[in-house]
Amino acid sequence: MGGGEKPPPRFKNRSITAFSGFGPLYRNRQHSLLGVDMGVDVLEHVIGQVINGLQLGFMYALIALGYTMVYGVVKLINFAHGDVFMVGAFVGYLGFNQWGMPVPVAVLTSMAVCAILGVVIEKIAYRPLRYAPKIAALISALGVSLFLEYFCSLKFIFGPNYRVVQRPFEEVHWQLAGISISNIQVMVMVTVLFMLLMLQYLLYRTKVGMAMRTVSLDHDAARLMGVNVDSVISVTFAIGSALAAAGGVLYAIAYPQIQPFMGIMPGLKAFTAAVLGGIGIIPGAVLGALIMGQVETLTAAFLSSQLRDAIAFGILILVLLVRPCGILGKTETEKV
Amino acid sequence: MLTNKKVLVLMILVLGLAFVLTGCGGDNKATSTGEKVIKIGFIGPLQGDVKTFGESTKNGFLMAIEQAGGKAGDYKIEYVIADDRNDATEAVNTATKLITQDKVKAIVGSVTSKTTIAASQLANDNKVVMITGTGTSPKVTVDNDKRKDFIFRGCFIDPFQGTVGAKFATETLKAKTAAILYDQGNDYTIGLSNFFKEQFTKSGGQILSMEAYSQTDVDFSAVLTNIAQQKPDILYLPDYYQKVSLIGKQAREKGINAIFLGGDGWDSTDLDYATMEGGYFTSHYSPDDPRPEVKTWVDAYKGKYNSVPDAFATLGYDATNLLLNAIKTANSDDPAKIKDALQASKDFSAVTGKLSFDKDGNPIKPAVILQIKDGKQAYVTTVTP
Repeated sequence: MGGGEKPPPRFKNRSITAFSGFGPLYRNRQHSLLGVDMGVDVLEHVIGQVINGLQLGFMYALIALGYTMVYGVVKLINFAHGDVFMVGAFVGYLGFNQWGMPVPVAVLTSMAVCAILGVVIEKIAYRPLRYAPKIAALISALGVSLFLEYFCSLKFIFGPNYRVVQRPFEEVHWQLAGISISNIQVMVMVTVLFMLLMLQYLLYRTKVGMAMRTVSLDHDAARLMGVNVDSVISVTFAIGSALAAAGGVLYAIAYPQIQPFMGIMPGLKAFTAAVLGGIGIIPGAVLGALIMGQVETLTAAFLSSQLRDAIAFGILILVLLVRPCGILGKTETEKV
Repeated sequence: MLTNKKVLVLMILVLGLAFVLTGCGGDNKATSTGEKVIKIGFIGPLQGDVKTFGESTKNGFLMAIEQAGGKAGDYKIEYVIADDRNDATEAVNTATKLITQDKVKAIVGSVTSKTTIAASQLANDNKVVMITGTGTSPKVTVDNDKRKDFIFRGCFIDPFQGTVGAKFATETLKAKTAAILYDQGNDYTIGLSNFFKEQFTKSGGQILSMEAYSQTDVDFSAVLTNIAQQKPDILYLPDYYQKVSLIGKQAREKGINAIFLGGDGWDSTDLDYATMEGGYFTSHYSPDDPRPEVKTWVDAYKGKYNSVPDAFATLGYDATNLLLNAIKTANSDDPAKIKDALQASKDFSAVTGKLSFDKDGNPIKPAVILQIKDGKQAYVTTVTP
């Protein structure tokens, strides 16, 4: 008597043909090595899981890019980054769900709001501590992170409850040679690649980028060369936060449920990804994020969903033992 | 000036209250010539984060006493209402006050498991009968495998829902295969999953996969892609409404056509009804249940409070009735005798179904199955254990 989607019974035509002899053997086990029926479509299944991993990886990359850029220039791990990402998701959601904005306008609004937020955070919480010991700025970043989470949970800001995001467009699946790809997956990948190229362009082909790289190398030398360090750092935070906002909106569309604490876990994973790729190195963030996504997804799919994070992070530790500066990290010691 | 005024108002209030109270007392004595009095207490969160739970339960409590004419057997009921603000420490304080100052013989309450567990230890130590309408944690009546003799509950415990869900899946939905997704950090979903698995297998069904996630996960694509390949008849999702909505949406996007099934964690207006359309969940009670007891109760409640009673009001009402019935049967105000009468309750006709107690003070009683249908919760059937 179901509503729209009552499925037909499926138990008659279980599609075990080629390897039907293994059926009962497999069925008595909860986790087979390949968590699927041993059919001819194993390859397609594996590719499908790799695409799942790509989506997750690109999602981490969206956040990791901003993390690594700010670190690269300021040498500060901005723990509030995940929470700026959350604010971005909320503003985007309010934009296209509540205020009736078209999606691009909502994304731009969200990026603008977060850019301002990023600059303000830097002015209030980080700038006064710039010449204090590193640990002070780190603690300040944690403070900002907690402040944003709990401030946004207040009833008159976003409220503590989960909000369901109505997607501004429906998810469409395309079947390419038996592999299913969705428009959201494509959108996320294109955005990340676009952001990556833009950042590389900005850093290596523009004057601001040159100033950023200079500041990154040596604050004082940069100031002596006539670079306005304060404004360069402000710009860095503005761009990093705007990137987080764009990521937040995409994230809210891909996983349509948001709440004020949504930034913690993705922020943590993105940070790990940035470290894995070599923190401060832009392409490293994307590479690290993609590896994270794959390891997590493939672990959950083919090894054990219970041990997903344990195995994923175990592998990361192993990688870092071999290459302490990350995969693309520079291993040479700094010149003194 | 202002403080003076305040003091004045306060004094008038106190005087008024004293007058009302003594008035009541006098009244009692007048009518209770030759009649005995038993004092019972109510504990619930009347302020704080789950205030509505407490209010509803209190309404059920008051209605049960009112309908009994304020009496149980030869005893006239006097009651004291206390607020625990859904705080375990506060629950212990209020229970202490009820037991030592008000000298109650029995307590109805509290509402959530954490406050009930805290207060129940105290009640049991002081040999005061306590029955909760809604504390579902097994730890309410049992502490380290030791039964707290004076403690009972009017609702089924968490794991029971898993069993009922599996029965419904195999018997009514004729399902042969199922996949389970559960939060590995939450006792509620672990309990439901394990008991679902056990019963489903026992009924001849087959669990194709049992996959874990953690509370902060939002991407379930890896396990859902696997499940999509296995094509189970049922996807069992025993978590709270937000997580279930998110998993449900991704499951449909991965092409999983299985029927969704869950527990009372779904029972919220914030569930994503569009996604979960067609899904079923187990719960305590439904106002649409066609049994005459339910209809009488819903009408009576509507007449008094002008709203449809929720599960809390109903379970509070049932728990109070159970207690009143036990006092009547024991015909004594000795908590030890009331306790024995309560434990011996057999096929007691409550709104939520006929119930008896097992050796741990947990009721053996039916659960209802609700379906998400046309964006609403619809009553489907009642499953007896």
